[in-house]
Amino acid sequence: MSALRPGGEDFGARLSFDRGGPGRRAVDVPAWTGKATPLPDAHLLRDSLRLPELSQGELVRYYTALSARNYGIDSGTYPLGSCTMKYNPKVDDLVASLPGFAAAHPQAPAEDAQGTLRTLLELRRGLAEATGLPAVSLAPAAGAQGELAGVLMITRALEDRGELEKRRRILVPDSAHGTNPATAAMAGFTVTQIPTAADGSLDRATIEQELDESVAAVMVTAPNTLGLWEQGIEEVAGLIHDAGAYLYGDGANFNAIMGRVRYGDLGFDVVHLNLHKSFSTPHGGGGPGAGPVCCSEELAPYLPTPVVDECEDGVVRLTAPERSIGQLQQFHGNVGVLIRAYAYMRALGLEGLRAVSGQAVLNANYLRVLLHGYYDLPYDRPVLHEVVFSGSRQRRANGVRTYDIAKRLIDHGFHPPTVYFPLIVEEALMMEPTETEPPEAIEALAEAMVAIAEEAERDPDTLHAAPLTAPIGRLDEAKAARRPVLRWQEAEAEE
Amino acid sequence: MASPAPGGAPHPYIPATEADRARMLERVGVDDLDALFADLPAAMRDPTIDLPPALTEPELIALLEERAGENAGASQPNFLGAGAYRRSIPAVAAHLTSRSEFVTAYTPYQPEISQGTLQSAFEYQSVVCELTGMNVSNTGLYDVASATAEACLLATRATRRGAVALLEPIHPGTIEVVRTYTRGAGLRVDILTSVDAVSEEHACLVVQQPDFLGAIVDLEPLAEAAHASGVLLVTVADPFALGLLRSPGDAGADIVTGEGRDLAGAPAFGGPSLGLFAARTPFMRQMPGRIVGRTQELHEPPEGGEPRTGYVLTLQAREQFIRRERATSNVSTAQSLIALAFTITVQALGPQGLREAAELCYQRAHDAAARIAALPGYETPDRGPWFQEFLVRGPVPTAELAQRLRERGIGPGLDVSSRVEPEAQDALLFAVTEATPDAHVDALVEALAAIEADA
Repeated sequence: MSALRPGGEDFGARLSFDRGGPGRRAVDVPAWTGKATPLPDAHLLRDSLRLPELSQGELVRYYTALSARNYGIDSGTYPLGSCTMKYNPKVDDLVASLPGFAAAHPQAPAEDAQGTLRTLLELRRGLAEATGLPAVSLAPAAGAQGELAGVLMITRALEDRGELEKRRRILVPDSAHGTNPATAAMAGFTVTQIPTAADGSLDRATIEQELDESVAAVMVTAPNTLGLWEQGIEEVAGLIHDAGAYLYGDGANFNAIMGRVRYGDLGFDVVHLNLHKSFSTPHGGGGPGAGPVCCSEELAPYLPTPVVDECEDGVVRLTAPERSIGQLQQFHGNVGVLIRAYAYMRALGLEGLRAVSGQAVLNANYLRVLLHGYYDLPYDRPVLHEVVFSGSRQRRANGVRTYDIAKRLIDHGFHPPTVYFPLIVEEALMMEPTETEPPEAIEALAEAMVAIAEEAERDPDTLHAAPLTAPIGRLDEAKAARRPVLRWQEAEAEE
Repeated sequence: MASPAPGGAPHPYIPATEADRARMLERVGVDDLDALFADLPAAMRDPTIDLPPALTEPELIALLEERAGENAGASQPNFLGAGAYRRSIPAVAAHLTSRSEFVTAYTPYQPEISQGTLQSAFEYQSVVCELTGMNVSNTGLYDVASATAEACLLATRATRRGAVALLEPIHPGTIEVVRTYTRGAGLRVDILTSVDAVSEEHACLVVQQPDFLGAIVDLEPLAEAAHASGVLLVTVADPFALGLLRSPGDAGADIVTGEGRDLAGAPAFGGPSLGLFAARTPFMRQMPGRIVGRTQELHEPPEGGEPRTGYVLTLQAREQFIRRERATSNVSTAQSLIALAFTITVQALGPQGLREAAELCYQRAHDAAARIAALPGYETPDRGPWFQEFLVRGPVPTAELAQRLRERGIGPGLDVSSRVEPEAQDALLFAVTEATPDAHVDALVEALAAIEADA
């Protein structure tokens, strides 16, 4: 445990700023031996800079100790629903870091970056094939930025049709990720929430009733956040198009259907993918990700800039679509992530992607049957990539909340599932094992969940106190928000 | 092409063998995998998809090594800057950032097993606040331009005004992204060539430091002019230059954004990038993105003693997953790992090292500019104090000068001759940093002299 609690100290109380000592340094800087130019006038210069002073070894030990206080997919099973935490192939990191890719300047002429650009072009073509949507921009840095791009594309298309003034609403299911309504609002639309029907699918009657000339788009997550397929979505797409609106697809859960059905064939107009989910690029504790946006021919002129194109002279270039919504970033997106995703696609091929979706769905169903009877299953039917249990039985009978169950799972060596989402499931426990977990790992996870369900009846207090074996216990989140301490300078002033 | 063993696992990334699958299918109660997809529309199932065949790992490495080799090499002299600068990155930054407990973690929703990510993010916020002179930093946004767009949206929320002003010279990409992001809210974007045009209609004045053509900006008079009209000052600052320059907060800025990529690693064609975003305390609850706060354990540790210190995501009532359509931004996944690399680089350099590196950059750039200005036929138009980028006018038109440098194996600076600033007329914008090898500067000076001799 020495790495987890070095010297038994209150490790979190001492930041790098509180370690080392004046005059120590982790790296040196070459001296300038040429002719010295006077510095600018003093009023333009800084007079103080407070940063840690650590030797190289101290700095390395500090961050190594921090890494030991983290849990990643390389540490163990990580069934965080809707996040598709699967194993991240190491070769993807290796190829993305090759010096030729690393050194490319974002403003370099296309001729100097053909290796990067051709890789992006082939990724673009692969994503178009896999989604059945012919036009793709790789620019969005994450799913939420892809969503913003997609909704702004719809905005611009409506503007060109002269209908933007009247079409001010976007319909969003109540099971959607929070980014969907937040994006719709950011793009200037009002959000109308669509309830989920008893079988876990979109409430068709409400959609039909709401669809009128004030609707710009319907945002649908497919498969949805309950792990279920929206049956008849291809018919709903027809209704939406008949009403003059667009069907936006949140492709966060693409992992479940890769190689088996395509958004374009189903009638989706525009979809974003999360390459840090389905295409297994590492999540990095909160990014970088990539959220490419894929669309129909009709919406192609509105794609964000840049788009990767092969020109007639055989040179691959970045271009601006004719009626583009514009740039989303100063440069071209999270290119390093895109190279990793390309490597993943090439390592798998079509058969591999089909094997991914097949095994991901089988693993989720295997977990579903292993836990059946121990936890409530509000939508009790076969699922796709994930299964959403409810801890409401444990709450009613033993006063144990989903929160407690999640924390106790840490003591069994697992990362907890997503909790309290989707919002429509009481005490939700949303579990997505992904295809990269072997059956034994799923069985061990299920055994731990069963043991916790039994413990909830026998010893609820232990669950309330969990985790007991983590590097740190439950933290006072209310205090953190009530009296925010957000930087070392404040923490120091307090002491 | 791979050759999986009959009955074996379908791929190295997928462990279940045929026997495992058969056992699992039986337990689930279906005959085959296809049965699990029965809800998908039959007519559209299993379409023809044209993807290239799978590659084994050695084949994949060979292919991408070949591709990487098709880019111009790292050893080729290159003087492009304009928003992306080659820096000397300490080896410890890449080493520590590649630890898989950091790399393969998700967003830290479970703080008990995410203290590595959370405490590192608190370090990042502390470093960003120190450099920028702000009170609150988030954990980072996508890149400088989208962070600046978010700053404009925050300013319009805070002031309830319907227009934003951007002061030239500013990166054209920043202008583009601000336009994209503010379209939904129906905001007016004014591009100013003088601070005199700022008015009470504007929510904020956005100023780049150093500016797009390299000059160091005296922020204080701009802050005063903006504040006189109730306008917030947003500064888009290069965090590396802030090792030397006065902090924007000290000069009166209200919000500071910046690009962190260059202190995190190689340019990598622009991304992954890192958008710095920090503000004064009054804007804390209007901030976009994740924020980490310090707190204590709720209970004493099992082995006794005082509750220990830990870190959590906080002020989450601003965020999309709680507030949904009333959130301050839709941002979720951003650039955590790049923020970690940025933090380690800055902390490895420390207060002395960062200042020394920034001064070295300043000295090397000024020395290179002086050598070029001394060549017959060349001038470096003067725009006052500058940091690492300078304008060069040569004996031939810019396009020709750039082309002739390329023919000599040298990547020229950006052609800015079509800009409105008089000093940019007929000029290329060159960047020289602390990481530009001496031999590259020598090669540039030699090539420029030879071009003049031919002209």
